[in-house]
Amino acid sequence: MTSPLVDIRGLEKRFDLSGSFLEQITFKGGRFQRKQEAVHAINGVDLQVQKGEALCVVGESGCGKSTVARTVMGLLSPSAGEVHYGGQRIDNLKGGDVLPYRRKMQMIFQNPYASLNPRMTIQQTLEEPIHFHRPELARSEVREKVQEVMQSVGIDPEWGSRFGHEFSGGQRQRIAIARALAVDPEFIVADEPISALDVSIQAQVLNLLMEAQETRNLTYLFITHDLAVVEHFGTRVAVMYLGRVCELAETKTLFAEPRHPYTQALLSAIPRLEDDRPNYIRLQGEVPTPVNLPSGCVFHGRCPYANERCRQEIPRLIVTDGGSQVACHAVEEGRL
Amino acid sequence: MTTATLSRWNRFRESFLWYSFKRDKVAIVSSIVLLLMVFAAVFAPLFAPTDPYDLAQIDIMNSELPPVGMSGADAAFPLGTDAQGRDMLSTILYGTRVSLLIGFGAVVLQAALGILFGLLAGYLGGRVDSILMRIADVQLSFSTLMVAIIVGAVFKASFGNLMFGEIAIYMLIFIIGVAEWPQIARTVRASVLAEKKKEYVDAAKVMGFRTNRIMFRHILPNTLSPIFVIATVQIANAIISEAALSFLGLGMPETQPSLGSLIKSGFDYIQSGSWWITLIPGLVLVVLVLVINLLGDWLRDVMNPRLYKG
Repeated sequence: MTSPLVDIRGLEKRFDLSGSFLEQITFKGGRFQRKQEAVHAINGVDLQVQKGEALCVVGESGCGKSTVARTVMGLLSPSAGEVHYGGQRIDNLKGGDVLPYRRKMQMIFQNPYASLNPRMTIQQTLEEPIHFHRPELARSEVREKVQEVMQSVGIDPEWGSRFGHEFSGGQRQRIAIARALAVDPEFIVADEPISALDVSIQAQVLNLLMEAQETRNLTYLFITHDLAVVEHFGTRVAVMYLGRVCELAETKTLFAEPRHPYTQALLSAIPRLEDDRPNYIRLQGEVPTPVNLPSGCVFHGRCPYANERCRQEIPRLIVTDGGSQVACHAVEEGRL
Repeated sequence: MTTATLSRWNRFRESFLWYSFKRDKVAIVSSIVLLLMVFAAVFAPLFAPTDPYDLAQIDIMNSELPPVGMSGADAAFPLGTDAQGRDMLSTILYGTRVSLLIGFGAVVLQAALGILFGLLAGYLGGRVDSILMRIADVQLSFSTLMVAIIVGAVFKASFGNLMFGEIAIYMLIFIIGVAEWPQIARTVRASVLAEKKKEYVDAAKVMGFRTNRIMFRHILPNTLSPIFVIATVQIANAIISEAALSFLGLGMPETQPSLGSLIKSGFDYIQSGSWWITLIPGLVLVVLVLVINLLGDWLRDVMNPRLYKG
């Protein structure tokens, strides 16, 4: 295997809940206590994104998939762990050193109604990044570039003088994609780019993303909770649960033969037309709070195969004979 | 170029702002009155029969002449004269100019400080936010008038009356501007806090834009509507503050009277029957402040009903 384009190593992100020093102090049972709490959004995620692939990250709400995306893009700084791009560590770069990576890495956001500046015309929105990253280009060249990008996402270049609010959700998302493509990136993080759109528009935007991948040699990190999209779009899939990756596999392998108990439950929940009486796996209980993480495997409280080892030892991702990577003691021990 | 400006004009013509303006009689009347007053004040030298700053044109024998229509009036002085024999009409026109200049100047200063500190506090957050907002709290806990009286008195004592007359206008702009910036800073901070969570700000960060560019080019334009509303009301407030200071004798000197110092100079003669010296500038002041406040109210209703602080 060649070296990955993006390498995420042991990434952790905690969000502090307890506030300033004074707010942490409580008076309990006759003495002062200092209490610190944090939401453990990501707890040690290792992911490698290979060049040219579309790595999908799936999981239920609150499992940390968006936090992974934002940390990779540098919108959040990791509490621990490293992000490497093309062999270079980028999460600790400062000031101007990040700029070359800003051009190579772009992001598409979830909500097309909020991701366009309401006071800027489409032309301004698209021209600004090009001006900024390629100051050597003349005005006419920038304009040509904007036209080319607008055409490539299916937006009429004539509409450049309009504002974002004059467009529909699907058109806005196309414009947001155009903005990301305008600086000719290699790698795009898409944070649930179609979940705010109508179902009829979702396919169009998805096809647009795939087309862009083909013509521009893009690599995607695609965050979604929609398994149908994953099956259609992803090269590989990472399933996340409570801030950890529990299974990572080729899309086909994962859908044909899910190994991790959580993945199995997740996939069995996909409604199918032929199912008259769906036979999905019912998990007991609820997702534990990310403030007080369970010890050992984060899934042990709901896992039908959990034993004493699962309660104590955090499972690592291991490669199975099917080629997928699974973080599960039961799979490792052959119990499952 | 022409097409761009034309489309901007068309955009304005089609906007909700223009639509609601056309339907609001109070707003139309207020803005007409305000425009007339501003026009007359700005071009005061063209309209005023005499130049009240020119001592050679003043004749003390003309002092305290009543307005036209009363016995003893002189047709050369339609609104009468003050105690020094200056034509009231000219003095009021020049005085309105001074008052408006101080009002606008103070608000420009307020807005500059308020926008800068509000943006920094809202966008950077954390310690910067705490420090700036505590400064604003301290600032607000002093009454504007009290600060102005102290600073004015110190200025007056240290520069002497003659020198003070020359710098009075700048000093008033400075005092009122500095004393009231927290109003705008708080408004800006509140809307920056709401705006900075939106994804277009994240998109700008992902592009690698610098903090300054994101604050001023991306966030600031989206916080302008509440700033407009506050600024309009603040112009009226600044004019009132200036009038109050002048009335207390700490504002504009009588040689370059503002509306406030005109009212004050006439106040000494009100018992002796020369009511017009106080009353007419007072009326002008009331009308000026009223129309600005009415316009501010209208703007608040149209632009941002929720973000206005009372």
